[in-house]
Amino acid sequence: MSDEEDDLILSELPDEELVPQMHDDLYDGLKEEIEEGVNILLERGWEPYRILTEALVAGMTIVGRDFRDGILFVPEVLLAANAMKAGMAILKPLLAETGAPKMGKMVIGTVKGDIHDIGKNLVSMMMEGAGFEVVDLGINNPVEEYLEALEREQPDILGMSALLTTTMPYMKVVIDTMKEQGIRDDYIVLVGGAPLNEEFGQAIGADGYCRDAAVAVDMAKEFIQRRHNQRAVG
Amino acid sequence: MSDALSALLQDRDWLLADGATGTNLFNMGLSSGDAPEFWNIDEPEKIRALYQGAVDAGSDLFLTNSFGANASRLKLHDAQDRAREFSRIAAELAREVADKAGRPVVVAGSVGPTGEIMQPVGSLSHESAVEMFHEQAEGLKEGGADVLWVETISAPEEFKAAAEAFALAGMPWCGTMSFDTAGRTMMGLTSQDMVTLVEGLPNPPLAFGANCGVGASDLLRTVLGFSAAGPERPVIAKGNAGIPRFVDGHIHYDGTPELMADYAVMARDAGATIIGGCCGTMPDHLRHMREALETRPRGERPSLEEIAEKIGGFSSDSDGTGEGDGEPRRSTGRRRRRG
Repeated sequence: MSDEEDDLILSELPDEELVPQMHDDLYDGLKEEIEEGVNILLERGWEPYRILTEALVAGMTIVGRDFRDGILFVPEVLLAANAMKAGMAILKPLLAETGAPKMGKMVIGTVKGDIHDIGKNLVSMMMEGAGFEVVDLGINNPVEEYLEALEREQPDILGMSALLTTTMPYMKVVIDTMKEQGIRDDYIVLVGGAPLNEEFGQAIGADGYCRDAAVAVDMAKEFIQRRHNQRAVG
Repeated sequence: MSDALSALLQDRDWLLADGATGTNLFNMGLSSGDAPEFWNIDEPEKIRALYQGAVDAGSDLFLTNSFGANASRLKLHDAQDRAREFSRIAAELAREVADKAGRPVVVAGSVGPTGEIMQPVGSLSHESAVEMFHEQAEGLKEGGADVLWVETISAPEEFKAAAEAFALAGMPWCGTMSFDTAGRTMMGLTSQDMVTLVEGLPNPPLAFGANCGVGASDLLRTVLGFSAAGPERPVIAKGNAGIPRFVDGHIHYDGTPELMADYAVMARDAGATIIGGCCGTMPDHLRHMREALETRPRGERPSLEEIAEKIGGFSSDSDGTGEGDGEPRRSTGRRRRRG
């Protein structure tokens, strides 16, 4: 098989082939190809929001599904997410201009004493990939930083991550403080991290425990939907 | 010239390692989010008590309180320049306790992951990782550790960096990885991949294995995977005492001492030589494990069904080593890069 037969010129593909090709390229973590694909679709007059949802979010959904099912692992997902981020970087200013609909907003951070941000970064990227606005507080967040960020950003969702059994109880400190201040129910609180489990999430008073980044996205969508419904009723 | 661990391994056909560090320290008043390594200096009595708990419960080997004593993790607590000092003192306190035990007890210098992702996916370079691990290794060596013990690793690159650092320190070592994602490490490594990794190192460890992860059942499945791959060195099993639950404001692991005794015997039957616990494993668990290892006869290699029945179910159907399990998918294969 010669190289030439393998070569694909993205700009020569019709839309209906280019978009699935971009899903494949996301899956393979090909950053430059994703940037090129996004630019081609923009040149062809696609709305930024349509590119985001049909090319990028749909592609990341496939990645998320295979991650959840144990077909892809962290290194592949990080590469895919990096490729998506590169595409997002092109779309972000355009999305702001065009006033595209937002899924919701999330503040996320790893708790005090915990340096691990692999899982948290994955959630951030997958959430952005699903159309959420994400404010990432980074690692090692004491309760004060979470509260400040909630006040400042007014998100729908607070996400907390911990990878150590020595730091996971800190999530309860944050939730308890929110309760004391009477703001707990203003937010959807999602928690995740390797040592956690569903029962733990319930015991500390979180709304949901997310086994992995793909579950986090599904759960965030579900809670946002439920909230909208409640508001519509109330 | 033989090290203390090799000497013990020559005389014995199983060794009892220690249990949890974090869970024990929490019970002594450590607050969530604080770095346990500060206690080596601020609360040395509590660290001695932690070590003594394992020795009194019959451990032949225990790990130092230095899991997070690397520059990358200590940076969180603005103590990035104290990695060597914390490591050295962790080992000095351990040496004191081990030397008073009245029987051979091995001091294993704990080295945890950096918490960063290595290049090319992440930003940590091989050189920086080696440097950080080397700094910690020198501290542990100065403090009198018998062996170095890298644990809870997910990425093969990080495992290799630690091995290289330990060669620079001229120390014998052991290494365990954490298989917490559908029976693989977070980075997708299977138990059999780890055997290949370990046997291919220029300075292979004295022993290798698994620690932490999901629960004791998953860990036993991983041990079965190691022994099926025919490794040339002893296998280490350090599983969590069940699964963490939140009870009365603190974390409690649901594995009873009796369950961990069954786990210990099954780990030996599955092919492990160095057997201990990880999170949630308290001195009482260790005592039951020791008693079971001393009194119960060796048995057949346990089947997955037997493990599930006695210890509990698995977190995933497969661990990636069975028939029909391929490599993690690396590419769609439908298209290659343009030339």
